Amino acid sequence: MSETNRHVLSILVEDRFGELARIVGLFAGRGFNIDSLAVNRTLEPEMSRVVLVTRGDADVIEQIIKQVNKLLRVRKVNHLVGAHHFERELCVVNVRAASAKAEEELERILRLTSARVLAHYTSGFTVELTSTPDEIDSFLERLRPLGIRDMVRSAPIALSKPAAETDAAAESAA
Amino acid sequence: MSSARIRLSGTQAGSAPNEGPKSTQAVRVEPPVAPVGETMRGAQIVVESLIKEGVDLLFGYPGGAILHVYDELHKASDRIRHILVRHEQGAAHAAEGYARSTGKVGVCMATSGPGATNLVTGLANAMMDSTPIVAITGQVATNLIGNDAFQEADIVGITRPCTKYNYLVKDVKDLAATIKEAFYVARTGRPGPVLVDIPKDVTWNQFPFVWPDSVDIPSYKPTVRGHPLQVKKAVDLITRTDKAVLYIGGGVVNSGASDEILELAERLNLPVTPTLMGLGSFPPGHPQYLGMLGMHGTYTANMAMAEAELIINIGARFDDRVTGRLDAFATRAKKIHVDIDPSSVNKSVKVDLPIVGDAKTVTRQLIEALGDTPRPERTEWWSRLRGMQRDFPLKFHDRTDVIMPQRVLVELADLTKGKYICSTDVGQHQMWAAQYYPADSSRKWLTSGGLGTMGYGLPAAMGAAMGHPGEKVLCVSGDGSFQMCIQELATCVHENLDVKVILLNNNFLGMVRQWQELFYSRRYSEVGMKYFPDFVKIAEAYGATGLRAEKPSELRAVLEQGLNTPGTVVMDLIVSKEANVYPMIPAGKAHYEIVMEPDVPTEAPEPRELA
Repeated sequence: MSETNRHVLSILVEDRFGELARIVGLFAGRGFNIDSLAVNRTLEPEMSRVVLVTRGDADVIEQIIKQVNKLLRVRKVNHLVGAHHFERELCVVNVRAASAKAEEELERILRLTSARVLAHYTSGFTVELTSTPDEIDSFLERLRPLGIRDMVRSAPIALSKPAAETDAAAESAA
Repeated sequence: MSSARIRLSGTQAGSAPNEGPKSTQAVRVEPPVAPVGETMRGAQIVVESLIKEGVDLLFGYPGGAILHVYDELHKASDRIRHILVRHEQGAAHAAEGYARSTGKVGVCMATSGPGATNLVTGLANAMMDSTPIVAITGQVATNLIGNDAFQEADIVGITRPCTKYNYLVKDVKDLAATIKEAFYVARTGRPGPVLVDIPKDVTWNQFPFVWPDSVDIPSYKPTVRGHPLQVKKAVDLITRTDKAVLYIGGGVVNSGASDEILELAERLNLPVTPTLMGLGSFPPGHPQYLGMLGMHGTYTANMAMAEAELIINIGARFDDRVTGRLDAFATRAKKIHVDIDPSSVNKSVKVDLPIVGDAKTVTRQLIEALGDTPRPERTEWWSRLRGMQRDFPLKFHDRTDVIMPQRVLVELADLTKGKYICSTDVGQHQMWAAQYYPADSSRKWLTSGGLGTMGYGLPAAMGAAMGHPGEKVLCVSGDGSFQMCIQELATCVHENLDVKVILLNNNFLGMVRQWQELFYSRRYSEVGMKYFPDFVKIAEAYGATGLRAEKPSELRAVLEQGLNTPGTVVMDLIVSKEANVYPMIPAGKAHYEIVMEPDVPTEAPEPRELA
C-alpha cells in the first residue's frame, strides 16, 4: 500500500501472433514502465490474459489504459485496485539451511507461511511460496540468513473478486 | 541430514503438465467460410480483393518477393492501374496524397526487405496525420522467414509502432479476409495506415476466392455518436460563454465535417481557427475565420486561445505545436474536446468536457441540440478579436531587389484563389503556404503535419493528381525538401501529370537556419548548401518544364506561365535568404509570448557564415 502509484492491469487480448509484442512495444515506445508481466490462456480458446504491473500517477495510468484499449485486438482492460482483487505471485527458492539451527529456523518459517518444500537434498531444500508480492518479499528476507543459493519469482497474477462477493465483504466490513 | 519434521509436499517442481506453446496462428480473421469461389493463386486473390475493395489505382515498385502479384496486376491492368514510382517512399506518400485528396483509402505496394523498409517513413507519416492507407508488401517464403534470407526484413515488427495495425498472412486461405479487414481498419475510427505482409509462397498457393460480406472485430468498435448528455452539456457551455473559440483539426477533414462546422460556427457566432491539418475545413474568406493556430499561426488565433473562456476542440489533438507551453495554455478556458480517439482525450491537456465520437456526427448532434437557441452576439469578444486582427495582421517586408517568399504565396493565392489542390513539403515554405494559400476546401490542402516529413510534397501532389485527372495540383516546396523525393519527377512526367512545383529556393535549409539565427547566435551549422543543382536543368533532364524567376519583376509572369504550361512544371524561384517565418511562438513558450515580424527587416546572413 506504500506504493500508491503501482497499478495492476488485467488485459484480455486475442491470442494471436504478435499481440503481446504490441502491448510490450506500446509501453516501450511511449516511455511507460513494466514492472512485471504474466501471460497465459483463458477459458476462451482464442483469448489470452495479460496481467501487467506498471507505475505512474493518475494521468499516466489513464493514458496507459487508453492506449492499451486502443490496440485493435485488446478486448478489455481492467484496472485492479484496492481490495477488490486477489494478487498472487509464485516464488521458488533453493535454500541452504546448512545447520540444525538453520533447519529449525526454516521449519519455523514454513509454519508461519504457507510455503512448502518441493525437494530436500543433502545440502539444502527447494521451497516454494505462493502469496502476495509483499509477503514474498518478507519471506525472502527471512530466508536470506539461511543462505539463498538461487531464487526465481513469477510475475504476479491477479483476479477480481466476483462483484457480488465484493459487495458482501463490504457489507460485513461496515 | 534431512529432517523428518519437514514434510515433503507431494507435488514435484515442474511436474505440472506443460500444455505446449500458445497458438501462433498468424491471421484468423473470419470464421471458416464454406469456400464457394473460383480457385486462384494467392497473387490473384490479392488483385481481385483490391478490385472488390474498389481500388482502381495503386502506387508501387516491384521486386522478387512480390513478383507473383505483379504478374497478376499485369493481367488485370484493364481493371486496376499500377503507378510505378521511383522510390517506395514516393509510393507511400503518393498513397497518402491520393487518400487525403479523394477521401478514399490509398494503396501502395512494395517488395520485401528494402522495398518494405522504404515505405516506413510514409507509414509513420500517415500514422501521425491519421491518413487511411493500405500497404501491401511481399515477404520471403514462409519456410525462409527468420533465416536471414535474401531481402528479408521483419517488416511487421518494424512497422508495428507506426501502423494502426499490421498483418503477416501465413496461409492463403486467410488472404481475402485479411485484405478486407485491412481496408476496414484503415478507414474506420481514427483512420491510419495498415500493412499486409504476404510471403511469396502464399501468393503462389491456391485457394477458392471468397470475398467476405462484412468485417467484425469484437475488440474494435469505434464510437461514432457522442454521448447525448455530454452533447447537451457542451451546448449549454457554448451558449452561455461569451469568449468562446472553435478550434478544428484534421478530424474535420477525415470525417468530412466542413459543412457541419460552418453551420455550427454560424449558428453560434463562433470565431474559428484551424490547425495546420485542419486548413481548408473552414472558408478562409469567412468573417469568423481567424487564420491558422499554432507556432506560426496568426496573432489573433493564438491570442484568442490565450484569452478565451471556452475552447471547443473538434477533431484536433492539442499538439505541442498548437498548445505551446502546456502549463500556460489557455489557462482561463474551459475546454470541450470532440475526438474519435479516446486516447487523445486528456493526453496532454486536461479537458473539462470530452465527447468521444466522429467529428461530423457529433457536430451534427451539437447543431440539433441547439434547438432554437438564439445566435449569441459575443459583442465584446468580437470587438476584441477585430482589434487584434486590425493591429496584428499577417505581414512581411516586401522588397524590390529580391523575391520575398511570402510574396510568392500572395501571388499564388491571387492567381489560384485557393481552388487547386496544394501539397507542401516541410519547412519555412510550408508555413508560408499555410499562412497565405487559401485552400477553399478541406481536401485541397496536403501537408505533413505530425511527422514533418521533408520529401512528402512531390509524391503527395502526384498521388492527388492521379486521383483528380485533369486537375492542376500545386506542390509548394523548398530546395531542401524537394531533393528528398525529387526522383518522383520521373513518375509525374511519365504519367503526364499537371503537377506544378513552386520551389522557394533560398539555397538554405531555411527553417533550421531560422532557429539557428534566433536561438543559436547565428551559428549556421550545416544549413547552407554550397553545391546545389540547377533545378531548371533537372526539370528538363526529367522531361518536365523548368522555369526560373530571380527578380520580383519576373515572379508573376513565371507563375502565370508555369501554371498555364501543360504537364509537370518546376518553377525555381530564387527567394530571399534571410526571410523568417513570423509570427512565431518559440518552442516551449506560451501563446502570449508570440513574436511578431520585426519592424526592421533582419539582416542578410553573411555568405562567410555559411561555411
